[in-house]
Parts: sequence; C-alpha cells; structure tokens
Amino acid sequence: MSSSTHSIAYDPAVDAPKPHHPVYDYDSGPPVDRGKFAIWLFLATEVMFFTGLIGSYVVIRTGAPTWPDPSSRLAVDLTAFNTFVLIVSSYFVVRSLQAIQKGNRGALLKWLGLAILFGSFFVGVQVYEYIHLVHEGSTPNVDLFWSTFYAMTGFHGMHVIVGVIWLICVWIAAARGKYSAENHVRVELAGLYWHFVDLVWVLLFTIVYLF
Amino acid sequence: MRYLFSLLLAAVLVFGVWTFVGYDNWLLGPSPESYHWWWAPEISTYGQRIDFLFRLIAMMELVMFVLTMTLLVAFVFKYSAPRKDKAVFSHGSHKLEMTWTAIPAGLLVVIAFSQMGTWADIKMGGHTKDKPVFAEIYASQFDWRFRYPGPDKRFGTADDFDTAYELVVRADEDLVFNLRSHDVLHSFFVPMLRLKQDAVPGMTIPIWFNVDSEEWQAAFEGQEDKTFDIICAELCGWGHYKMSGRIRVLDDESFAKWEAEQVARHFSNDEPAG
Amino acid sequence: MGTPGTVREHHEHHELGFIRKYIFSTDHKVIGIQFMMTGLVFFALGGLFAMAIRYQLAWPWHKMPLIGDVLFPETGGAITPEFYTMLFTMHGTIMIFFVIIPLLTGAFGNFLIPLMIGAPDMAFPKLNMFGYWAMIPAIFCVTMSFLTPGHGPAAGWTAYPPLSTVQSAAPGSFSAQTWWLMALTWVGISSMMGAVNYVTTIVKMRAPGMTMFRMPLTIWALMIAAILQLFALPVLTAGSFLQLADRVLHTGFFTPTNLLVNGLNPESMQAFDVAKGHFAGAASGGQPLLWQHLFWFYSHPAVYIMVLPAMGMASDIISCHARKPIFGYKPMVYSMCAIAGLGFIVWGHHMFASGMNPAMGMTFMVSTIMIALPSAIKVFNWLGTLWGSRIRLNTPMLFATGFVAMFIIGGLSGIWMAATPVDIYIHDTYIVVAHFHYVVFAGSVFAIFGGIYHWFPKMFGRMMNDTLGKIHFVGTFIFTNGVFYMMHQLGVAGLMRRTADPYNYETYRHLQPINQFISICAFLLFAWQIFFVVNFFYSMFWGKRANRNPWNACSLEWDAPSPPGHGNFDKKLQVFRGPYEYASPDTDDDNLRQTQEV
Repeated sequence: MSSSTHSIAYDPAVDAPKPHHPVYDYDSGPPVDRGKFAIWLFLATEVMFFTGLIGSYVVIRTGAPTWPDPSSRLAVDLTAFNTFVLIVSSYFVVRSLQAIQKGNRGALLKWLGLAILFGSFFVGVQVYEYIHLVHEGSTPNVDLFWSTFYAMTGFHGMHVIVGVIWLICVWIAAARGKYSAENHVRVELAGLYWHFVDLVWVLLFTIVYLF
Repeated sequence: MRYLFSLLLAAVLVFGVWTFVGYDNWLLGPSPESYHWWWAPEISTYGQRIDFLFRLIAMMELVMFVLTMTLLVAFVFKYSAPRKDKAVFSHGSHKLEMTWTAIPAGLLVVIAFSQMGTWADIKMGGHTKDKPVFAEIYASQFDWRFRYPGPDKRFGTADDFDTAYELVVRADEDLVFNLRSHDVLHSFFVPMLRLKQDAVPGMTIPIWFNVDSEEWQAAFEGQEDKTFDIICAELCGWGHYKMSGRIRVLDDESFAKWEAEQVARHFSNDEPAG
Repeated sequence: MGTPGTVREHHEHHELGFIRKYIFSTDHKVIGIQFMMTGLVFFALGGLFAMAIRYQLAWPWHKMPLIGDVLFPETGGAITPEFYTMLFTMHGTIMIFFVIIPLLTGAFGNFLIPLMIGAPDMAFPKLNMFGYWAMIPAIFCVTMSFLTPGHGPAAGWTAYPPLSTVQSAAPGSFSAQTWWLMALTWVGISSMMGAVNYVTTIVKMRAPGMTMFRMPLTIWALMIAAILQLFALPVLTAGSFLQLADRVLHTGFFTPTNLLVNGLNPESMQAFDVAKGHFAGAASGGQPLLWQHLFWFYSHPAVYIMVLPAMGMASDIISCHARKPIFGYKPMVYSMCAIAGLGFIVWGHHMFASGMNPAMGMTFMVSTIMIALPSAIKVFNWLGTLWGSRIRLNTPMLFATGFVAMFIIGGLSGIWMAATPVDIYIHDTYIVVAHFHYVVFAGSVFAIFGGIYHWFPKMFGRMMNDTLGKIHFVGTFIFTNGVFYMMHQLGVAGLMRRTADPYNYETYRHLQPINQFISICAFLLFAWQIFFVVNFFYSMFWGKRANRNPWNACSLEWDAPSPPGHGNFDKKLQVFRGPYEYASPDTDDDNLRQTQEV
C-alpha cells in the first residue's frame, strides 16, 4: 500500500452507530410493489409443489396395470357444478378489485363477500363429498386411486381454505376502511392467490375427475 | 505462516500425485503381488473396461489436479511475500476465459462420449435380450436367495430348485439373471465382477456378467477357496451390514454335476443348500 | 412502494426490550446471528454423531468410551446396529438441514444481503422472523425423532421407501421416521420464507447505483441459491407429504404390491383400525423409484444451495485479502447461473444403479459431466485472482484459499461418479463419501469458517484472534485431509457406505487399519475445533474493537458502523462501481470503496 489513510484503530465517534439517524430505504429493480413481487415468487413455488403432486399422479397412474374410470367412483356432475362455483368466485374477486380501483368500498365489500360465500360453498361441497366417500369405505388406504384422489384434492382443498381465510381477512380490513383507490395492493395479492388456486382446480378436475 | 501454508498445500499436491502414480495407484492399477490391498481384483469381462475408464478419467484428473494445485501453491507462495507495491489491477482476460472454457469443455465431451459404449453394453440389454435366464436372484432382509431353472432351463417347472447364500455360476459365458426384491431396496454388488444393481421391489431387473476364468484363476492363485463376496450395497435395514453372499465359479462339467445333486436334493424334499 | 430510485427516510427509532431485540427480533442481523448460533450448536451435535460412527468403523462392537454403559447396557456398552443406522441418518440430516443450509443461507444470507446491497433490512422483516422461528418446530420434531422409543429414523437421510414407509421393515423406527419427515417439512417452510425474502430484497432494495453487476459475488450466489430453493424445494415438500401419507394414512404411493417383509405381507399388517378393531389394510401398487426422483429433484440442487454461497463468500474473501479485483467477475456470475441451471437436470446421477431406465442414465451422465465445466471455470478464475496479487495470509484468507484447494479435489473426484460405467463400481462406496465431504465439509464448512473470521468484526464489532485462528486452520486442514483423502482409497477398494461392520465381508477385512487411521484423524479434527469455540466466545466479549472497515475492503457492508445499528447505514448511499476495486490506480489507497467518489 503506497499510503495508508485508514486507521485500523476503533474510534467510537466514527465507528459506532449514531444514536439517531434516519433509516434509508431505497427502491430498485422493476417498478412493481415488493409484496406483489414476492407473491409471484411464492406462486412459482406453489406451481412447483403442484407440479410435484401432479407429476407423481401421472407417473403412478401410467405405471399402474389398471386404473378405474373416475366416473364410476366419483360424482362428476356435482363436482362439475362445484368447479363452476369456484370459477364464478374468481370472477367476483376480479369485480371486487375493479371496485376498489375506482374507490368504491361498498362494491368491494359486496363482491368480496360473494367470493367468500362461493369459496366456502366449494369447501362445503368437498367436505360433503369426503364424508360421503369415507362413509362408503372409500378411504385413502383402499387403493392407489383413492390415495391419489385424496392427496390431490386434499392439498388443493387446504389451499382453498387458506384462500377463504385470507379473503375474510381482507374483507374485515376493507370493512374497517383500510383500502382506497390509491392503496389496495393487499386486495390484489389475495386475488392473485385466489386465481391461482382456481386455476389449479380446473387442472385437477380435468385429470382426476374427467380422464 | 507463508512457508507453513505453502508447505501444506504442496503436501496435498505431492500426496495427491502419489495416489495416482505411486505404489498400488489409481492410474496404473494395483501391483499384482498385492492384489488384496487397495483394489479388489477384477475378474469379469467388462471389469477391465470399467477399470480402464476409471484410469482414463484419472489421467485427465491428474493433469488438471497438478496444473491447478501447482499454480495455487506457486501463487500463494510467491504473492504472499511482503511487498510494497500494489497488486496487478486486472479484471480478467477474455482470451484466457475462452481458453479455459473451451479446453475443459473439450476434455469433458471426450470423457462423456468415451463412457457411452461401455454403459450401453453393460446395461442396455444387448447382452440380456432373448437370452435364457440363468438364475433368478431374490433379495430380502437380510439374505440372498437364488432360483435355478434346473436341467430343462425353464422356470416354473418341477425341476426348479432354490439355493441360499451361495450363487453357483459357470465361467466364460454371458449369464443373465433376473434381480428381484421381496421387501425393501437392496443392491446386488459383486466388487470383483465390477457389478452393482439395486434390487427394487415390484421390478424385475435383468443383469448379466461373464466370469473370465483366466483372470479368476490368476486372482486366486495358490488359494484353496476361490469363492468371492456378494455385498448388499443399498441400505436395507438394521441387518444391512451382514447381508452377505458368495459366488462360486464352476466349469461346465462340475456345474452339471452340482445341478444334478441339487435337483436330487430338491426332489427328496431336503432343505435347500446354503 | 414507489418507483425505482425513490428513497424513503423515516426517523422512527425506539428502544426495544430484550425479548423484542434478541429473541423475537425482526432485525436481519440478529436473525442471522440466531441462525448462526443454532447452526453451530447443531454442528457440534452432528460432529458427535460422526465421532460415534468413526468409532464403530475403526473398532466395531467395542465398548463405547464414556457413553457406552449408559446407552447400551444390554450389549455391554457396544453400539447396536439400529443405533448405528440412526447415527448416520441423523448425521446426514443434521449436517445438511440444520447446519450447512441454515449457516449459509440462514446466517450469512440474512446478515450479509441487506448490508451488502445497502438496504436497511430485509423486504419483509416479520416474515424473516417467522423464517427463523419455523426452525423451532423443526428442531422439536428432529429431537422427537431420536427421543421416541425405538432407535430413531432408520432409512438414511435419503429416506428411500419402502424401508422408510413400511413400518415392519424397520421395526425400531416406529414414529421416528414420521417425526423426521415433519422436521424436514418445517425446515422447508423456513427455507421458503427465507428464499422469497432474499430474492425480493436483492431485486427490489438495492442502494442507488448498485446495479446487478455491481453486486458482490456472495449476493449473486445467495440469490441463485434462493432461486434454487424456490423452484426445487416444493417438489420435495410434495414428496415428503406423500411419504407421510404412506406412513400415517397407509396410502400406497411408494409401496409396491406383494411385499413380503419377514415373510408377512405388510399391506395386511398396517393400518390397524382402532374403531373397528381389525387391520383395515393399506393401499399398494406405488413406485419406490418415484420417491428417489422427487427426493433428488430437490436434493441435488440442494448440493448447489450448499456450495454456491460458499463459492461466493470465498470469492469475496480472496479478493479482499489478495488485494486484487476478482478475475473474470462476469464469467464467475455466468458460471454460477450455469451451475444452477444445469443443477436442475442432473438429479438422475444419484440413480444410475437404481434400476432407472439406462437410456436416461446416459442423458443424466452427459449433463452431469458438463456441470464440471462451470466449476472448473470458477477454479481458474480464483487462480487468476491470486495471480499477481498481494496476499495477506490471515485466518479468513487461509480458509478461503483452503476452500479452493479442497474444492479442486472434491470437484475432480466428482467426474468419476458422473461417468456411468465407473459409477457402477463406485456408486455408494466411500469414494462418494470422500467426494461429498470434500465439497460440503472441506468446501462449504471451510468457507463458513472463513466467513465467520471475515465478517465477525461486522457482526460483533470485535476482531477474532488471528493466532488462534491460524492454529485452528492448520489443524483443521491437516486432519480434514487425513480423514477424507484416505476415503477415496477405501472407495477404490470397493468399501460401501452405511455398513455397521464392514469387516463382516472378506473383501473389506484388510481395510480396518485405514479406517482406524481415518477415525483417529477424525477425533483429532473434532477436538481441534476447541480452538474455534474458544476464539469465538472469547473474541465476542474481549476481542480487539474493530473499526468500520478493519480489512480495508471495498464492499458496502464495511461502510456501516461496527456493529451496525438499527437501519444499518447512518448515511445516504450512492454506489459508483463494483465491489472489487482493489489496487485501483484511481486512488492512493489500496481499496477504492463502492461509495467513494473520485
């Protein structure tokens, strides 16, 4: 070193943290909200989770010597209706976001409430279906069809329950006036998650119930 | 510290090189008079090829190891000397980067392609296709059992017989076996044959080997017992360590005799040998 | 939260109580240190397990010193095979999921990311706190897994079914395997929260002027490791839920039909229906190999999660103490990206002997051999960095250079395993054990030690003792090689892993002296860490006070106070250049800091 301007010695006046200084918080990267950025990362992990599940299902099913026709074991009509209910609830979530973007808190509460109602209905029908099946003796330890059925619909069902709870939390916050036309990113985050759960169900319904 | 650390790194270099080219080394193979020290001797027809590929890679590794470690030792020793001036101000060199990307890439491609033929021969069915199955191997906690088709060479007939622990085979012949497991994963590992294959419950996996009788005689020269180990190489439970078996090699004549004895024993409802 | 380039200043600063400040802290520095302490405690525990394993391999079925009578009264103090199985299972599990990953991503990830990019904290401090506190149930579950009656989980850290799913196949493991799976899930949850936070923080919270290509390599490495976790970990989580279902609900995902365990069919044995008072039966027809695919789809990228941050930290330490810019910064970044990308398509190389389609083995071989290329490029660039440098041979530099030397050995021995025909012979032998210990112990742990010596002044405001550090390094280096180099030799001799008593086989009987040599080196290696422990705790309280930048480094964390207070930086930051401008002709100093205006 040609010249050493640094002193190694500790000087409390220079080196210790100053007791009161402002906190500097910078923004960088793409112009999206941090929460939104994180929720997309989280959804990517969810995609991989369901990829693992669906991949396992495909491997197990193609490896099995025989596989029963789902319609012979499951109430496809009821679940088709249930699928429709879930898709409609996604539409309600879209409407609720549009409402708050215009600053219409009443409409937000209305559409969000409907989405919660429809989501809960979906969970209710699933629980009904489970009770019915278990009562018939169709438990997960019977054969691989039921093993995979419960694993796939069960994990999705848990996601729906989490989604409903999340929407309820947003609804309560909305009722307490937390959101406005300028500040409603949390509505959007919950909505993204809800759409994802909805999308996964369409996929699951297709491969578990229809084929 | 400078001398000590350079010495430590140099020691790694020297000792490393010694393992490649010293006594019983990785590059040239074991010295014949000490077969049973480092390496398990190799007695199957494809064992040589596997060992050759091991040494081919060892050779390239030795070159890379000597090159990188020598530079490391030299740089550490040279540039940790007390110095007044600044270090070289360099952020890299495009030319160097291209060189040390392209050359290892070429080497690695050579390594990858050099493996394919051997792998295909050992695993990909050329030697097992349309061949009669010599015996079936059943793994279970914690023993090996073998089922032979008997003199009629067909399974599921009355003269099938079972043995345990000892697998009896013929030399100088491609022998095909079906490997199965009753319970958990096992692995059929015969170090001297350079053969290893997991046994998976629910799957039937064909394996094959061919004992080279000359190599086999040479490996056991002067020894009474010319049988060798079967080892379970996949964790299969608490008794994994004692899941052993042996392979006995017989010439055609003795094998036919042994087979006849086994069939006779089978029909007299004796316990299986083993 | 604004557009890029905006800065928010807030003055909220309140004194926090002890519990909020040190236990339920949302401060990334405290959380990082929490992760570090937890990791080091588990490191000692995992090390103890290794010692017991080494004792058994050197002197099988001998009376265990000290603890033998307490643990194994029924065998006269000798270890039992079940206990041995538990030992190596837990050694692997603890070292990977409770030591290396928490130390690298948890401790250094948390501590360094905001400091090195100029952020006041993580993007989501509360989530960060939950990330650490998710480790507590994980620790609880893993403790339960070896405290429940029986002999602990018995299927190795890879938990291959059916051994891990069919309870009668491993009678000693009872509920231990179930606890083990839950521990894994909680570790996964912790890692997920961390990973989302790290990537968001790195992308969204860099100081003005800190472009992606001005970030220290440690940050690149941590970001890539976090991305690997985001995409690979959920697949293992899905797999372990399925395995959990196989154990608890008696589904049949990984259990094939017609098993005969000890002559009985476990399908009828399992699933005792308490209400009806008979065995309800279990499903079957599944595929054991499916678990291996799911497991290695995560656990191979996990290897890179365990080594990439170590590579990044070693790069930073080497550049700083060699007083020279990193040679080929961008090639370093690209090669890390290449390792991560290729890392997703090489998992099958763990399954060459598994019964997987051999044609797939061939493709996995090619991708695996090619992953050696970016690793080689990194080694050459480290050598390039050392060329013409002005090395300061202090403890962090010794460990970082030691890391490079050890990584050369670990990297080269990997090529044998990638080559499928050679792998037929060496698969599951000690050459594999030697290889991954060279990468993960002699590699990552050396980098962790180097990192602790290097960033200790920033963490605690005090220097670690350099003389003790050097003593620690020399012994660790010698004994590490004494332990692991000789394992290559055992592997070449065909000795396979996970055997309680290899000398049961004739093939292995002559190897006992080598094993005894290795074990003695291992005991010395373990004992030698006392120098680190003493140094660590002594320096924490009585070490020499460190100023802001005791190493005359360039990167941002050294602009913060030592140790940094709430909000990290006490001045507004502007970054002008990359983090490695040592020996720059633009200044009389030896280091041109990132924030320094010329």
